[in-house]
Amino acid sequence: MENAHGHVFKYGDNIDTDVIIPARYLADSDPKALAAHCMEDIDDTFPGKVHKGDIMVGGKNFGCGSSREHAPIAIKASGVSAVVASSFARIFYRNAINIGLPILECPEAAEQIQDGDEVGIEFGTGIITDFTTGKTFKGQSFPEFMQDLIDAGGLVNFVNSK
Amino acid sequence: MGMTMTQKILAAHTGLSSVSAGQLIEADLDLVLGNDITSPVAINVMKGFSSDGVFDKEKIALVPDHFVPNKDIKSAENCSIVREFAKKHDITNYFEVGEMGIEHALLPEKGLTLPGQVIIGADSHTCTYGALGAFSTGVGSTDMAAGMSTGKAWFKVPGAIKVVLTGSMTGSVSGKDLILHLIGMIGVDGALYRSVEFTGPGVSALSMDDRFTIANMAIECGAKNGIFPVDEQTQEYLQEHAPGKEYKVYLPDPDAVYDEVINIDLSALRPTVAFPHLPSNTKTVDEIDEKIRIDQVVIGSCTNGRISDIRKAAEILKGRHVAKGIRLIVIPATQSIYLQSLREGLIETIIEAGGVVSTPTCGPCLGGYMGVMSAGERCVSTTNRNFIGRMGDKTSEIYLASPATAAASAVAGYITEAGIN
Repeated sequence: MENAHGHVFKYGDNIDTDVIIPARYLADSDPKALAAHCMEDIDDTFPGKVHKGDIMVGGKNFGCGSSREHAPIAIKASGVSAVVASSFARIFYRNAINIGLPILECPEAAEQIQDGDEVGIEFGTGIITDFTTGKTFKGQSFPEFMQDLIDAGGLVNFVNSK
Repeated sequence: MGMTMTQKILAAHTGLSSVSAGQLIEADLDLVLGNDITSPVAINVMKGFSSDGVFDKEKIALVPDHFVPNKDIKSAENCSIVREFAKKHDITNYFEVGEMGIEHALLPEKGLTLPGQVIIGADSHTCTYGALGAFSTGVGSTDMAAGMSTGKAWFKVPGAIKVVLTGSMTGSVSGKDLILHLIGMIGVDGALYRSVEFTGPGVSALSMDDRFTIANMAIECGAKNGIFPVDEQTQEYLQEHAPGKEYKVYLPDPDAVYDEVINIDLSALRPTVAFPHLPSNTKTVDEIDEKIRIDQVVIGSCTNGRISDIRKAAEILKGRHVAKGIRLIVIPATQSIYLQSLREGLIETIIEAGGVVSTPTCGPCLGGYMGVMSAGERCVSTTNRNFIGRMGDKTSEIYLASPATAAASAVAGYITEAGIN
């Protein structure tokens, strides 16, 4: 089953949380207000161009820097259905799982998928398909514990279920 | 198989006799920390929990420090949320304006962070407390909420890089230069998902303030935590700041497994500057072959706002004046550091030199207020990140450096080493 399908917004290595959502907007934690400024310091067209279901692709160390959960919240509230990167910074990785933003590590996909490509992802298998080029990639699936956390719908439900 | 210092602390907090890298565990927490940016989000998340209580009112620290004294109405509202939550749950360690400081300088000073503890904080620089031999790491607001509620957090046990220090630093070289050097060597993801364990005879040559600075920036090479062994200096610090408090010291096993070993001779280090827009983009002052003119200098933050940092800056500024047109902003990290600086005459020296001194706040470090830059401006800053737009306009530039280099550059008007002008 395909869980995410959309066009790709591609960025480079070390996309930090300050560019995902600049601190000048952090006094507000409303997801929609954050989404309006998502990525604007490196791509001010992103908030206007992104559509529900679109996919963000980054290079290595995606989400480095500050622990602000506002970063995955801003990406999710923009409508992005998944983030694929070569690697993720660890706090961003935790935060994304905890708030239910699907993320996949896949260096080959991160390298070969191009900006604007039409891509579909199956979370269960980690299969990433680039419909524009016809290539498929296998992302790293989550360890069982994290899959349970994701299946529970994030950390809040997970804590409540215990 | 032997365990690292970090692995031993995690095992002890999980009730297991041993853990190994890659294992997923749930650990008991000794302290859960949040600030005025991250706590309101966590408090909102807690509304979704079936129980709205906190696991232990004495093991939670709430420190409004990023945008306080409140910079605008929204910041004021965030602080109100934190204040009301602290009141409702009778949180012992809530620090109001007047008694607060930048969280990572304040909590060790108050004796709340101890060797052997497991600490999480909804702030990436929570790794600072590794200077005292604690396992401490940054998390997001949802993890903070779960931590406040259950007293537990899940972790993937990290592998580690061992950094062996030898010799001692010379001239104006400080802990900041060491950590910038290390980040420059291994890159901003060089320690991703792993611990950085500092060891070797050179550790004893580092002051506690230097160790706080070094552990603080472990996150800038992607590390889960940075950690130092506990030695006589650590014990002296704890006698002063946490008298009578019990703690447990963990040493790595002699056969602990490390992914990588890096040797650094402290005597070979030179003042180091990280150029825009990554902390790993480092050059020593000897490698800077042009006059990089600046507009602003910031000395402060959880990285370098401690008393030895303010002393170093004042020593360089004494009897001199900042270059014409340069804005020097000095921010002692806590009320106690501010008062000590005042008593030692450091504040007077800084003001006479043409600098301004602010009440404790994270302020300019993350482009909040108190030193935001306009398009194309340049700042030499003792803070920890020089990402695009971090301190203001997306075309402004941040050069990360030590307090000595920052103060010397304020006097010169361009980036320079202390003691040569």
